[in-house]
Amino acid sequence: MIRDLFSKKKKYATIPTEQAKQEVPEGLMTKCPKCKTIMYTKELKKINMVCERCQHHFNVSAYERIDLTLDEGTFQEFDGDMIAKDPLNFPSYLEKSKLDREKTNLNEAIVTGEGKIKGYPVVIGVMDSRFRMGSMGSVVGEKIARAIEHAIREDKPFILFAASGGARMQEGVFSLMQMAKTSAALNQLHEHGQLFISVLTHPTTGGVSASFASLGDINIAEPGALIGFAGRRIIEQTIRQKLPDDFQTAEFLLEHGQLDKVVSRNEMRDTLGLFLDLHQPKRKREG
Amino acid sequence: MADQQLPFERPIVELKNKIAELKAFTQEKGIDLSGEIEKLEGRLEQLEKDIYGNLNPWERVQIARHSKRPTTLDYINRLFTDFLELHGDRLYGDDKAIVGGVGKFQGIPVTIIGHQRGKDTKENIKRNFGMPHPEGYRKALRLMKQAEKFQRPIINFIDTKGADPGIESEERGQSEAIARNLIEMAGLRVPIICIVIGEGGSGGALALGVGDRIYMLENSTYSVISPEGAAALLWKDASQAKRAAETMKITAPDLKELGLIDEMIPEVRGGAHRNVDEQAAQIQKVLEKSLQELKDLPGEELVLKRYEKFKNIGEYTHVNGVMVMK
Repeated sequence: MIRDLFSKKKKYATIPTEQAKQEVPEGLMTKCPKCKTIMYTKELKKINMVCERCQHHFNVSAYERIDLTLDEGTFQEFDGDMIAKDPLNFPSYLEKSKLDREKTNLNEAIVTGEGKIKGYPVVIGVMDSRFRMGSMGSVVGEKIARAIEHAIREDKPFILFAASGGARMQEGVFSLMQMAKTSAALNQLHEHGQLFISVLTHPTTGGVSASFASLGDINIAEPGALIGFAGRRIIEQTIRQKLPDDFQTAEFLLEHGQLDKVVSRNEMRDTLGLFLDLHQPKRKREG
Repeated sequence: MADQQLPFERPIVELKNKIAELKAFTQEKGIDLSGEIEKLEGRLEQLEKDIYGNLNPWERVQIARHSKRPTTLDYINRLFTDFLELHGDRLYGDDKAIVGGVGKFQGIPVTIIGHQRGKDTKENIKRNFGMPHPEGYRKALRLMKQAEKFQRPIINFIDTKGADPGIESEERGQSEAIARNLIEMAGLRVPIICIVIGEGGSGGALALGVGDRIYMLENSTYSVISPEGAAALLWKDASQAKRAAETMKITAPDLKELGLIDEMIPEVRGGAHRNVDEQAAQIQKVLEKSLQELKDLPGEELVLKRYEKFKNIGEYTHVNGVMVMK
């Protein structure tokens, strides 16, 4: 009898059904995955989707991020209708992309455009990890390169919010080459002496962390964001030991000299505004 | 000659053994079987043509990973004179998974860099199986910047399963090291020629791969993820690697067809390890031609053309004029 109290069975009973899982984020209440506090979703949205109690940063969609970051009504989207092709004839790739389009209301894993932050004009890209894990295929690479070219032409700073699992497997070497393409575009921006701020949000890993996301004049990250090159599981398998909990977090990267700053989402807009102010081109300042 | 025999080579090896047996028999017993032997040798020739002429992607992967496959240093020794290896990134250490230095190609000074695998366990441990740490990429970048200063063309050999996935690599900024090479290579004002000679594994390969020309040996591979990794993700089963190798389009002929590389360099029948000298001669021809094409281009033009080359990679389409609303 006593043994029944310690029975392992209980563990299996706590897994929520698919339906319950979906209900939590859509519903009235949201539970913080870190401190387990239950909050009104509406209230949580008002405070930038950051848990009041433990400062856990919930993932936000690309358009939510744009609303949080840009001056109201200033955003104009670029290439919103661009969608993935299937250059390798990869099994079920197009169907999965289509499902993600329906699920997320996005055409791809990134939204690009221009707008203003605190009155300063910027070109901006925002990734969304809900679409194919935010992975980078041809569309993501092309939209980033075009946004950078636009920034060069218009002489505006470029800000990119990364959120990605890395290169998109289903486009094979096409995806891999987007790492080179986006980096080469940033080289052009660099040659023109323009500012690039990379904001790394949860998660930024693999081929995205190993290309544009690490190449900001300023690299900042949100608290607790997972950022790294290799996946945690791969490293654990390679070294055959468990990794510390804070491994590959924004704080870990700051400690190891890979970031300029970890910035709370509540202060992100002000911080970006300050960086933009400090980097206004000389010719504009004087003229 | 190769001692490691690949599964698909078995019919060839069996026939070779049979011919050897007959030859030994002829010598021992003094019975003339030369007609028989000649016939079998003809069949061997045909068999080799059939098997090596129709390699499927998985068979090419096996050749690319052959333990005797020539490495960067094998080619450096054959293609360049007066090679001086240079060491260290000046920041942390010297990564033995990347070799680099200065040498002469047909009398002209060039910078040569490449991933370096080992051919046996001991050497592989020293070389970390050809998987660089951040200091390897930073050494490569230092040497490439040096090449730019002294106006030397850069020749990169790509041959890695991928960048090292370990704690220390993360701590020292593996992502940044790779990313830095990508952006800096895009801006170098000297010709860069990249040749994939074995496995071109993901970002760890690309970090030496932003060039004006990208070539692949016929039995080399270039991929965003290993066939085993892809199979584990796709079908939750790493043993489906053969299928993944086909689906992922990672071989030189596939990538040439997709327009992702400039040229495929033909390989010695059965793989480069069967005749390294001859393979080096094939590479030499391509190097000669591409250096000739690139050597007189001004630096600015090289950078612009390189940007256009990578900017043009990508396949996409548009929703039929319908924008998805916010």
